[in-house]
Amino acid sequence: MSALSMGPATDRNGAIRADLAQIAEWIAPGSRVLDLGCGDGTLLAHLRDHKNVDGAGVEFDDSRVIAAVRRGVRVIQQNLEEGLALFDDQQFDSVVLSQTLQSMHHTEHILREMARVARFGIVSFPNFGYWPHGLSILRGRMPVTGEMPYQWYNTPNIHLCTLKDFEDLAATAGLRITHLAAFNGSREVRLLRAWRSTLAVYRFESPARGARP
Amino acid sequence: MAQSFSSSASDTAPAGPSPDIPVPPGSVGFVAPQFIPFDDPLPLTSGQVLPSYELAVETYGQLNAQRSNAVLICHALNASHHVAGMAADNPKDVGWWDNMVGPGKAVDTDRFFVIGVNNIGSCFGSTGPASINPATGKPWGAAFPVLTVKDWVLAQARLADHFGIQKFAAVMGGSLGGMQALGWAITCPDRVAHCIVIASTPRLSAQNIGFNEVARRSIISDPDFHGGDYYAHGTVPRNGLSVARMIGHITYLSDDDMAAKFGRNLRSPSENGEFHYGYDVEFEVESYLRYQGEKFSSYFDANTYLLITRALDYFDPARTHGGDLAKALSVAAAQFLLVSFSTDWRFPPARSREIVQALLKNKIPVTYAEIDAPHGHDAFLLEDPRYHAVVQGYYDRIAAGLGLPGRARTAGVLA
Repeated sequence: MSALSMGPATDRNGAIRADLAQIAEWIAPGSRVLDLGCGDGTLLAHLRDHKNVDGAGVEFDDSRVIAAVRRGVRVIQQNLEEGLALFDDQQFDSVVLSQTLQSMHHTEHILREMARVARFGIVSFPNFGYWPHGLSILRGRMPVTGEMPYQWYNTPNIHLCTLKDFEDLAATAGLRITHLAAFNGSREVRLLRAWRSTLAVYRFESPARGARP
Repeated sequence: MAQSFSSSASDTAPAGPSPDIPVPPGSVGFVAPQFIPFDDPLPLTSGQVLPSYELAVETYGQLNAQRSNAVLICHALNASHHVAGMAADNPKDVGWWDNMVGPGKAVDTDRFFVIGVNNIGSCFGSTGPASINPATGKPWGAAFPVLTVKDWVLAQARLADHFGIQKFAAVMGGSLGGMQALGWAITCPDRVAHCIVIASTPRLSAQNIGFNEVARRSIISDPDFHGGDYYAHGTVPRNGLSVARMIGHITYLSDDDMAAKFGRNLRSPSENGEFHYGYDVEFEVESYLRYQGEKFSSYFDANTYLLITRALDYFDPARTHGGDLAKALSVAAAQFLLVSFSTDWRFPPARSREIVQALLKNKIPVTYAEIDAPHGHDAFLLEDPRYHAVVQGYYDRIAAGLGLPGRARTAGVLA
């Protein structure tokens, strides 16, 4: 499902990408994790090997499912647009949606579903507010950058947003944001993140059960 | 545990290779069954008891010293213990899952010891309705007890004892074979490490049972059936069995598959391309189904068809748990791989997803692949590379987990 072009999930030395490392840092050792759009299973394999995490992934693409199986990652082949009906309420401690939100039709629905199946959610997406994007639009062109390498007519990214946009939606869905990390390529961005980052990673806490709006 | 155990592939009766027929890469070569007698009575789900029985078995590969690398392959309606390789007495008779099992194939016999077993009640060498009832000295016929998937599992468990296998690395099957794999995970949870369930279902739907019932009525209402004791009458309910097979066959194929294979093609139109305006074969599909039915009725036993379709109908592990499949599976200790096929309308993906959901509810490790393949239910026997890659990848992880050597070669579908 991953609709970004961040390059391989691991570098030549086998270290995982900075954004995935950040996600891994927010996940408690020994916890249960669901990775939506798990790709070839890099994050789940990392969590299994380094944090003793009991994980499961959801992936739609055949070749990625096969790659995940080869890694020994447990993966369920399914289109995320169909929702998370296979999973019970609060079946996981954390649920991850990495670089996929922007390509989904039912954006708000998937966030609410994430809050239903796990206590903590982690979402990453390309930051449309990255300042060169604005410059591109001022020049009369849709932005085409390293992390959003698509033309307007062939992009899978149908729901692009800025950091503030996402925070508004999270608030609407009753999600309490606990952490934000922002990246430009492999570098973490700490200053003026809304303009200078290309990728935002949020962690949120689901509303207490029964208190969901 | 059996004493007559031998840890080599020669446990299957040695089959001298025919020098003039080459063994294709990835084939286990020439094989012959062995017939293993079990003299302890087998209590059945129905309350009846099978006093003794024999199982026809083929094995491929070597059982390792720890006896940890054994895989049991369970068959579906019309298959047998002849899973892989070429029958020594008829090299054209290639095993029904030969594309899956062999040296370098997905189920890699370089590393796994694979057992193919013919179920009791079947007609390919294991004790069944056509066998002699020791109490009467005549064929069992209609008196052969009705069997369930659980009965098969218990009979197979004794086979595992015979080989000295305490725990299978994997029990695997497609369709009805998948039900047996699921049955293993529920009935003998400590004896199966991985349960591989392909194109299967946790229970038949009313539609499935309906098709089975039409097939059974077709057999039972054939005048040559004689209440199931046709052996004594020297007849075979060939017409009924043939029609039963035709019905079944339709359910194995997808609508698209049949459209692509036959469309509305005519078998042999009149000179001007017109219809014959009669009831003999007009369309290709009719000719095909008749041929399949007639071929099937020449080698399959009608009582076995009744018995196996009934075992399908009865399978419903959730039934004794108030219909709650998750409760039924709560005892399972295996890890699971499930595969379904998008155009399988007999046991569609939704049925496999029910199993996945029930396993997730129990926090049981499960991997699930839903293969977008055009071939309907039959896809589980075919050569879709994505399907084979998932199964191969999964088995390679099982091998790694057991400390077995890495894959030495890749043969067959993925070569």
